[in-house]
Amino acid sequence: MWLEPILMTIIVASTPLMLAAIGELVVERSGVLNLGIEGMMIMGAVCAFAVAMTTDNGFFGVVAGMLAGMAMAAIFGSLVLGLATNQVATGLALTLFGLGLSGVIGESYVGESRSGLPRLDIPGLSDLPVIGRVLFGQDALVYLSFAIVAGVAFFLYRTRAGLALRACGDNHDSAHSIGYPVLRIRFLAVLFGGACAGLAGAFMSLSYTPLWIKEMTAGRGWIALALVVFASWMPWRVALGAYLFGAITILQFHGQAWGLGIPAQVMTALPYLATIVVLVIISSERARARANTPLCLGKPFVAER
Amino acid sequence: MKKVFVAAAAAFALSAAAASADDPIRAGFVYVGPIGDHGWTYQHNAGRLAVEEAFGDKVETSYVEDVSEGPDAERVIRQMAEDGHDIVFTTSFGFMNPTARVAERFPDVKFEHATGYRRADNLATYDARFYEGRYIIGQIAAQMSESGILGYVASYPIPEVVSGINSYMLGAQSIDPDIEIRIIWVNSWYDPGREADAATALIDQGADVLSQHTDSPAALQVAQERGVYAFGQASDMIRFAPDRQLTAIVDDWSDYYIERVQAVMDGTWESGVVWGGLDSGMVVMAPYTNMPDEVAEMAAETEESIRSGEFHPFTGPIYNQAGEEVIGEGEVLSDEQIHSMDWYVQGIEDTLPN
Repeated sequence: MWLEPILMTIIVASTPLMLAAIGELVVERSGVLNLGIEGMMIMGAVCAFAVAMTTDNGFFGVVAGMLAGMAMAAIFGSLVLGLATNQVATGLALTLFGLGLSGVIGESYVGESRSGLPRLDIPGLSDLPVIGRVLFGQDALVYLSFAIVAGVAFFLYRTRAGLALRACGDNHDSAHSIGYPVLRIRFLAVLFGGACAGLAGAFMSLSYTPLWIKEMTAGRGWIALALVVFASWMPWRVALGAYLFGAITILQFHGQAWGLGIPAQVMTALPYLATIVVLVIISSERARARANTPLCLGKPFVAER
Repeated sequence: MKKVFVAAAAAFALSAAAASADDPIRAGFVYVGPIGDHGWTYQHNAGRLAVEEAFGDKVETSYVEDVSEGPDAERVIRQMAEDGHDIVFTTSFGFMNPTARVAERFPDVKFEHATGYRRADNLATYDARFYEGRYIIGQIAAQMSESGILGYVASYPIPEVVSGINSYMLGAQSIDPDIEIRIIWVNSWYDPGREADAATALIDQGADVLSQHTDSPAALQVAQERGVYAFGQASDMIRFAPDRQLTAIVDDWSDYYIERVQAVMDGTWESGVVWGGLDSGMVVMAPYTNMPDEVAEMAAETEESIRSGEFHPFTGPIYNQAGEEVIGEGEVLSDEQIHSMDWYVQGIEDTLPN
């Protein structure tokens, strides 16, 4: 059956995008723009691989990747929130820093290879045709990625804390005046974003291609950034967008091998074109499409005394 | 002629002496990828390390990795020249124009550009005949494939990659005229995830031997996991597929780099074109593994006949996809034709992206 392997690869290609994007969504919803996703991801990837190799335990690797992402996010948070530095410049610096540092850390791991994370295997269910392996044969991070999206959707719209976080993103002065600790909320959001990016990196180096080579994330952090805009800051649309990106990538490969004759460059550009279209819609239909845009996005908050 | 050399050497010695008595020769390297890619850039860096090893204190090397093929490249190359490097190696096709521009402004610095075609008095080019190795692995692939379908992960449709595919296919057809090939262009030299995805897609479509012209070992890893055969690219990638790598086409720049730095030291450096193959040691085949002895013997024989010049992979008759004869029986494609190849040989069911 040809459908099953295609679905399997689409899931693998989409998961790191979804993880990184859902984290950034929360960060942006709190009003902070972190352009350092790529840097946090690559640090997650290298630390996850290094720890997994040293301890021979994939789980420790995943935790290490998550912590590495959070450590990077903490640096970013201290700078943009504590010192109110420019968010765009700090984020870019974080990416460059992560790419460089990960190369140094990973130097002795180049050329090592390990087997992927263990996959779920439920006798009976995992053997069902077509959907068996797709639904019941993934590794833990795939299920975790969906749990995180569901959790974020619930948190943002169904909890008080989520409301406070959105308030910080929409109008930090009002949020401050009614007593919300804006900077602390934003810092926690930034840490969450780092944890998700670190998980995405861990997925890259432990499951997607279980090896370490420099810059192996190859720009996925930037795609995640575009995805958040594509999703117009809605959690479930992030999932949809990530799977759309993943599906287009994989299907265009199959299209090529089938000899469909659609130029590969056009297919590769499709997800980005889709993002541009969404951006155009957002900027033309202000009232409706802007409802979800965090109005304080990228603006530093300094409490007045 | 000899006199000229001596004069040049004397002039060089004088100018060197003017600066400082025993200044080491400074060699700079500009890389397109990270040295940790375990592929193309990794091998160039191995060449740089060989230069250091060979000359010790007499040479000082430096490198900049990860230089993107654009305005950035010119800045990096210019900086190397300004810094007082005696010779600068730029190791990607996309560095061609930046290198040429900088070379014009610094006539006293020697430049060496890999895989390009623009030359000047102080700008030489060098390249390796990877297609020689591709013919050998094509023969191996056709012997090892049970499904009769080969998979090829390709980067960009430039002549170097296209000639590799053609040579691979000609090698495969020499064993099995009906062999099929599926090609996926990932439009990147280096994206391990996409390379792995492409490899998976090829396997899912029935390919049971993979070849790649991208820089990371991701496809090898997929081959190992899925139980199909594959070939390493640029460096020996056997560690990523211990049971599945058949061989690898290894680039070895060490001898060339040592020779050229030596020439700068002696003051005998001259611009020129070097296109080295198996015979020059620039292209090396990794050990033939995971295959029956008779296949390995056949591969070694082909390798020997290419090395000795007895056989050329692009020997006619060769037909293009339209079935037109490109060259006739016994003729051989010229270097010029190989360097500008933009057509597929007959038997490839794929449209070349343009």
